[in-house]
Amino acid sequence: MKVTLRIQRYNPEKDSEPYYQDFTLEVQDDRERILDLLNQVKWNFDGTLTFRRSCAHGVCGSDGIRINGRNRLACSVLLRDVNYKKPIVIEPLPAMPIIKDLVVDMSDFYKKYEAVKPYLINNSPPPEHERLQKNEDAEKLFEAAKCILCACCTTSCPSTWSNNNYIGPAALLKAYRFVFDTRDEAANERLDIVDNPDGLWRCHTIFNCVEACPKEINITWHISQLKKAAVERET
Amino acid sequence: MIKHQFDVVIVGAGGAGLRAAVEIPEGNTCAVISKVFPTRSHTGAAQGGVGAALGNEEEDSWEWHMFDTVKGSDYLGDQDAIEIMTQDAVRAIIELEHMGLPFSRTPDGKIAQRRFGGHTRPENPADPDSKRIAVKRSCYSADRTGHVMLHTLYENALKKHVQFFSEFFVTDLIVQNNVCSGVVAFDIATSEIHVFHAKAVMLATGGYGRVYRITSNAHVGTGDGFALVYNNGLPLEDMEFVQFHPTGLWKLGILISEAARGEGGILLNNKGERFMERYAPTVKDLAPRDMVSRAILTEIKEGRGFKGSDGTYYVQLDLTKLPREVLVEKLPEITGFARTYLGVEPEKEPIPVQPTAHYAMGGIPTTVDAEVIYNEKNAKVQGLYAAGEVACVSVHGANRLGTNSLLDLVVFGRRGGKAITEFIKNADFAPLPKDAADKTSETISRIMNSTGSEKVSALRTEMQEKMMDKVGIFRKEEDLKDMIEEIKDLKERYKNIKIDDRGKVFNTDLMEAIELGNLIDTAEAITYSALNRTESRGAHSREDFPSRDDKNWLKHSLIFKNENGKAPRITHKPVVITRFQPKERKY
Repeated sequence: MKVTLRIQRYNPEKDSEPYYQDFTLEVQDDRERILDLLNQVKWNFDGTLTFRRSCAHGVCGSDGIRINGRNRLACSVLLRDVNYKKPIVIEPLPAMPIIKDLVVDMSDFYKKYEAVKPYLINNSPPPEHERLQKNEDAEKLFEAAKCILCACCTTSCPSTWSNNNYIGPAALLKAYRFVFDTRDEAANERLDIVDNPDGLWRCHTIFNCVEACPKEINITWHISQLKKAAVERET
Repeated sequence: MIKHQFDVVIVGAGGAGLRAAVEIPEGNTCAVISKVFPTRSHTGAAQGGVGAALGNEEEDSWEWHMFDTVKGSDYLGDQDAIEIMTQDAVRAIIELEHMGLPFSRTPDGKIAQRRFGGHTRPENPADPDSKRIAVKRSCYSADRTGHVMLHTLYENALKKHVQFFSEFFVTDLIVQNNVCSGVVAFDIATSEIHVFHAKAVMLATGGYGRVYRITSNAHVGTGDGFALVYNNGLPLEDMEFVQFHPTGLWKLGILISEAARGEGGILLNNKGERFMERYAPTVKDLAPRDMVSRAILTEIKEGRGFKGSDGTYYVQLDLTKLPREVLVEKLPEITGFARTYLGVEPEKEPIPVQPTAHYAMGGIPTTVDAEVIYNEKNAKVQGLYAAGEVACVSVHGANRLGTNSLLDLVVFGRRGGKAITEFIKNADFAPLPKDAADKTSETISRIMNSTGSEKVSALRTEMQEKMMDKVGIFRKEEDLKDMIEEIKDLKERYKNIKIDDRGKVFNTDLMEAIELGNLIDTAEAITYSALNRTESRGAHSREDFPSRDDKNWLKHSLIFKNENGKAPRITHKPVVITRFQPKERKY
């Protein structure tokens, strides 16, 4: 069958603004990943097509892009998951500066991730063995710890679109990962960072992030737990 | 050209590179250069766990772990190094826990452990000679152990104010007279060349899975570190030993962790037989990877495989008998992969699997402190270190056990970091040659301005398919010689490659072209080493030499590149044997 990819292109060395280019491919199996099709374009038609990719099975988070208007990983969406009777529209993730074609500048996203102190803080001397933790407490972290920093959530959020200063769902999810870790001693310090209008309270429970997350993390729920923790410590 | 000076430069931001970076004390400058953002590194794809004899679930001892690793290596692993790794394992895991790694837990709150291939204990712990049965030794976090380890190490490196150069591609190592003084890289975003002058350089660049068509490895696994040393006249060790993981998702090669079998999954042929009972009567599906991969191919060869829609064959991994909560809580990722990529629901139907190129046992020869050595007498290259998959200590010998790669990263990453810290205390910066960046600028301008006719992707596909056919799980002289001719041809044609992208911004076309050069050099080292070793040991199975030959081959290979189309030179060095004399390997 023939499949058309309508890809947003932009080369800062040549183009004044982005434009769309169609590539029509012959595809045998509707289980091909969108990433496989992008590779086909790059390898067989146009080597200048530029995108990030690495693991190709949804664990490294490199290939977050917009497919038919939704933020997805190119390697986790198969042809049969989209309507391929019509051209499939491929664009870079929104709300971040475009470097070239589908590659965006993620430095602001990483800066906000670093702002929540994304590491365990525990200044008590550790025991000789492991710090004990109940499995149910460990499992409370697992969903948040699945995050692959692909930025699909943060760039799908209308609050991000309208306010550059919003820290965004990915950074808040990372804050949850440590605030709710029974081994961590800096919950307050981290809540101080996110308990403000451009932090937690910019989340208006729109749920776009949950829709966008390729790891099926219920990000809004995690943010709500942080909101609860922030409110409870004030009373 | 931009020049930098750092006390320490680490190339690669996976588990080994990050663990080394964490070890460098404040007051020293440390740069980590990576061709991808650190958390995109391939360590993150490891699933099933990291091995350590914590004994949290049942009695265990590091000596049993050591024995299993030696036996798993088919007696080619250096026992001094294996002793260090297995003994240090317990401390290393506790340290990761203290760093914040979110492990799954036992009911009493300790780190949870599960069974894995080749990890055993005596059935009667009081009698070390009693029958060995599978032991729970793999410390895990669901089936995302590598992912959380990578993130935890990156988080701890952030705390340390390490300077990261993400999306910088290292193209050359600066080594003169066995002294290393830095690396050359280009910034992918701008194509600008950067020279990093350093007292100490560590290569932690990961594997080369992309040499093969079916691989569990990420696109970035292009053997860059192997090629960097090989092209600078330094040797590679035991390159003939390539691990094929038995259970890659059919067609795609995506890893389906051994944890699936550790939790009770079994392999079935087209007669519905649990065929591993015939190949490894005691541990069955939990035999080491080389044996299981050979068993799968044998089943297929003898007509007991399933034929896929694309004409290739597979066997089935049956998880349908596992309780639902095990799939949901302990194996969520791999069940997701089967569902997403093949539309298979593992709770209800078996998963089609086939062996997939997974791991390099061989690599840059190092001491137990990650110092790179350059000859069979273990002479050290001053200022150069290597750790992780790219290195060959050798703890994995001819076949690595599952869970020992993540362990290798943290044990030898740390030891390398410590050795570097000691070294830079008294070391000066070795002089940087004036023409350090010349080779890189020449390479880049040659590729950018080439008017040739060969396409990178076509050459790469050809190489990957041929390597799969000729230098895969079973090998023979005729095939290996064919591959050598093929590689000579590929190298000629590589000189004539042409790329489409002539721009300076984020030129991944250029990057893929340079990576292809690295892949071909790595394939050359693998193939010549495989032809040279006329025995079968661990993952290296020669159909024309089916037995292990300790008399002639209980030794490591060191391969050196020869220029001008001449065959590489291969020498040997002895295996370090301390506690366990080689025995027949049965499970």
